[in-house]
Amino acid sequence: MATTTAGSAASTATQWASETPAARAWRRLRRRKSAMLGLVIIVLLVAIALLAPLISPYDPAKQSWTLVRKPPNWAHWLGTDESGRDLLSRTIWGARASLMAGVVSISIALSLGVPIGLLAGYRGGFVDALISRITDAMLACPNLILAIALAAFLGPSLTNAMIAIGITATPIFVRLTRGQVLSVKVEDYVEAARAVGNPAWRIAFRHILPNILPSLLVQATLSIASAIIAEASLSFLGLGQQPPAPSWGSMLNTAQRFLTQAPWMAIFPGIAIFLSVLSFNLFGDGLRDALDPKER
Amino acid sequence: MLTFIAKRLLQLIPTLFFVSVIIFSLQQLLPGDPALVMAGEERDPDVLAQIRKQYRLDEPVPVQYLYWVKGVLSGNLGESMRLKEPVLTLVLQKFPVTLQLALMAIVVSLVVGVGAGIISAVRKNTAIDYGVNVVALWGISTPNFWLGIMLIFLFSVHLGWLPASGYVSPFEDFWLSIKTTILPAFVLGNSFAAVLMRHTRSAMLQAMSSDYVRTARAKGLTERVVVLKHAMRNALTPVITLGALELGTLLSGAVLTEQVFSIPGFGKLIVDSVFNRDYAVVQGVTLVTATTYILLNLLADIAYVLVNPRLRS
Repeated sequence: MATTTAGSAASTATQWASETPAARAWRRLRRRKSAMLGLVIIVLLVAIALLAPLISPYDPAKQSWTLVRKPPNWAHWLGTDESGRDLLSRTIWGARASLMAGVVSISIALSLGVPIGLLAGYRGGFVDALISRITDAMLACPNLILAIALAAFLGPSLTNAMIAIGITATPIFVRLTRGQVLSVKVEDYVEAARAVGNPAWRIAFRHILPNILPSLLVQATLSIASAIIAEASLSFLGLGQQPPAPSWGSMLNTAQRFLTQAPWMAIFPGIAIFLSVLSFNLFGDGLRDALDPKER
Repeated sequence: MLTFIAKRLLQLIPTLFFVSVIIFSLQQLLPGDPALVMAGEERDPDVLAQIRKQYRLDEPVPVQYLYWVKGVLSGNLGESMRLKEPVLTLVLQKFPVTLQLALMAIVVSLVVGVGAGIISAVRKNTAIDYGVNVVALWGISTPNFWLGIMLIFLFSVHLGWLPASGYVSPFEDFWLSIKTTILPAFVLGNSFAAVLMRHTRSAMLQAMSSDYVRTARAKGLTERVVVLKHAMRNALTPVITLGALELGTLLSGAVLTEQVFSIPGFGKLIVDSVFNRDYAVVQGVTLVTATTYILLNLLADIAYVLVNPRLRS
């Protein structure tokens, strides 16, 4: 019996030693129930957003003056709004705006922040000092206030809101990338790459970047949660998605005016924001633990 | 200690310089002729000429920046196009309102967040610990403007206990002021409390497993004294710094909370100014908020050194 157990442990150890880093991270991630719950909600939300034209029961912009502010019923599961529009359809289509804002704005932040952080960390000296001071200054401006100011000067629209959120999220990625590069660039394999005459850009993108990807992935996941809240906040203030296009934030803005007559208008878009933010937070937390090298 | 403060003050100079550059640069994002955009519906050539003169739009951008900074350093943040008042006057009028709201939110967060964090650490891996962690996750994931709307529905519309909106200064009617701001303060402090709870829990867990806590227990001290006197004092030191880093979230949250509860503070001023294309006010409020945040972080750093005897030397 003892031999069998020892044999099985040895075979598992061999199996673990041969698995790729991605497979190892996935194995650890699967053990975390909360992270898996987050992933399931994310997959569901993405499916809802992609399939919106097929699963939405009504046209989200179609108004009906005979259906104004109807409470939830069999025909309209989440009720209707002040223009008689179906709230379920608007909430389903709203997922598109929120998820798109989360993903696009963080993609902007990554595509700006990572190369700048690589440059600062790898080059050092004056370039690093200059980039670091600008990053400090951007981090000193409270995120949403800077995003409001940017959206105000760029003009209110979902695209400008995504740009504003992306720009305000950039310094986090600059700082994270720079810090990671500083610790990785003294490793032997980077020295070796330099010794064989690789140009700086190749060392940065081929040898350093793949090694700092896990930290960037975790930060990006958690930042998507913040970006979804930021988009909802900007839309709530009227600086994001413009009516009649549906967005959870702008739906809450309208709902506030009809709180006494139609409280259901405020409940469901809020739950949708909460669930999407929660799912990215749960998944991001789990991913951080799964990608932590100390976690064995 | 004085050397430390002097060093930190010197470090502020480049940060404040780049903050001013970023905020000034916002104006360059305006599409087309900035004077036309700032004038809005007004197309009177005299008004346009006045705007060009006031903002020195005919000068090169670096010269415009130098004039703007010179104004800021002498307390001139520009003039509101809509209210025809200096931006600094408007900021000073609204600042006490946001300050009261922020201070009440900090008190709520400290009581709820630090309290729950300590209980969660002391009762590690029990139902209470799991419950507190779930509440913290809920606090971080809930948008505060939605929480505000829901609480207005419950406490104002449904129960009728608290006013749904508005603001009364504590110098006019103290209790009415508390009644009008307690709900917004709770909403604003909610996510801050969740963050503080997480920081406090992890700092307390670290402190509780340290040698000096084991020694305190070995001396026969009661668990209450061990937790409150020995572990908590040391655990709260890093919480000060980590908490200060989250103050920016609190200032951002104030914008939304003031909007939901119609509180005439900083946040409402910036949002109203955005919709009235009052760009000088938007720039002024952003600059004052960023400077306040930088100074609060400086104070937190100094407090951290003051309460930690090892760093004082």
